[in-house]
Amino acid sequence: MRKVIVWIYLIGLSSFAQQKKEAKVYQSNGIEVKSYDFDSFEHYLKYDDDTTYVINFWATWCVPCVKELPFFEEINKKYKNDKIKVILVSLDMPKKVETSLIPFLLKKKMTAEVVLLDDPDANSWIEKVDKDWSGAIPATYIYNKKGHAFFEKSFTFEELEKEILSLSNK
Amino acid sequence: MKTIKIAAFVILIGLMSAFTYEKPGSGYQVGDIATDFSLKNVNSKNVSLSDFKDAKGFIVVFTCNHCPYAKAYEDRIMALDKKYKNLGYPVIAINPNNPAVQSEDSFDLMQKRAKEKGFTFPYLFDEGQKIYPQYGATKTPHVYVLQKTKAGNQVKYIGAIDDNYSDESAVKTRYVENAVNALLKNEDVPVKMTKAIGCSIKA
Repeated sequence: MRKVIVWIYLIGLSSFAQQKKEAKVYQSNGIEVKSYDFDSFEHYLKYDDDTTYVINFWATWCVPCVKELPFFEEINKKYKNDKIKVILVSLDMPKKVETSLIPFLLKKKMTAEVVLLDDPDANSWIEKVDKDWSGAIPATYIYNKKGHAFFEKSFTFEELEKEILSLSNK
Repeated sequence: MKTIKIAAFVILIGLMSAFTYEKPGSGYQVGDIATDFSLKNVNSKNVSLSDFKDAKGFIVVFTCNHCPYAKAYEDRIMALDKKYKNLGYPVIAINPNNPAVQSEDSFDLMQKRAKEKGFTFPYLFDEGQKIYPQYGATKTPHVYVLQKTKAGNQVKYIGAIDDNYSDESAVKTRYVENAVNALLKNEDVPVKMTKAIGCSIKA
């Protein structure tokens, strides 16, 4: 029986390894942005450790997103040593990465991790982030291994901090 | 004791229904009857769904000037109107954004954009942002395919135009076209609801 389980595990592992595409990496002026399709991105939503993850979906062209970004930066710095990690998921169009996204990150001196989610068939993955997400941005998913919360809204710094702490202090 | 139990039960039911009503994303579901409206078109004349006596239904698109996703779909929205207007399903575009919040979506700039692109369909301004919340639109572009019935304009499809905003040539499923084609053949709409990334509506 145990042998069978090991085999199933190995088969599962090898098919997983085949499916997982290598992320494309954009590099410019010392900034690196990895680009994923949803399948290869999904692990960012499923870390199972002691950290609380704050996943913000945004784009440089989204005015309310850009307005709240400094709050996410501030959280990332303020709670650097408290197992809180911000990941900024850009939905900018791939052709805009070098002309808009990277110059924006340089100008704003962003320090939080930024990744690009490039998967145009959004209907296939929006509900995998959260079933209540309509697809509008900004949207934020906060999780740790004890729970999760999803917000399709803009934050003030105080609101964001409160929501994160209410989950991380559980 | 019994009255307390009944009171508790009533409160519980009350709470449950309160949560049901406050659930985000309220608005029309497929099967609901959509409201008509009278909104100002870019030619400064008001347009209502009831003006279209011969229409079999409508492709109502919440869209705007500024949003890159809306821009990416402009030509495809024009193609939908060209293809389906004569078949009885004209496009009705509505800009739901408040220009005080998003200045690029002002009425003047709507007129300018409609002229530049040569829009063949009404491009209406949801002044005071009153219509889009009734539909439950959350972003641009956001499509509602309606079919005229005796009871009113019934919602038959809600969601995206197709499955690839960035590259039209890579589109695999044309959700809106499939919905309208099915309605024209008196068939059931194959995919009734989809989701897409879009710019949140600025109210």
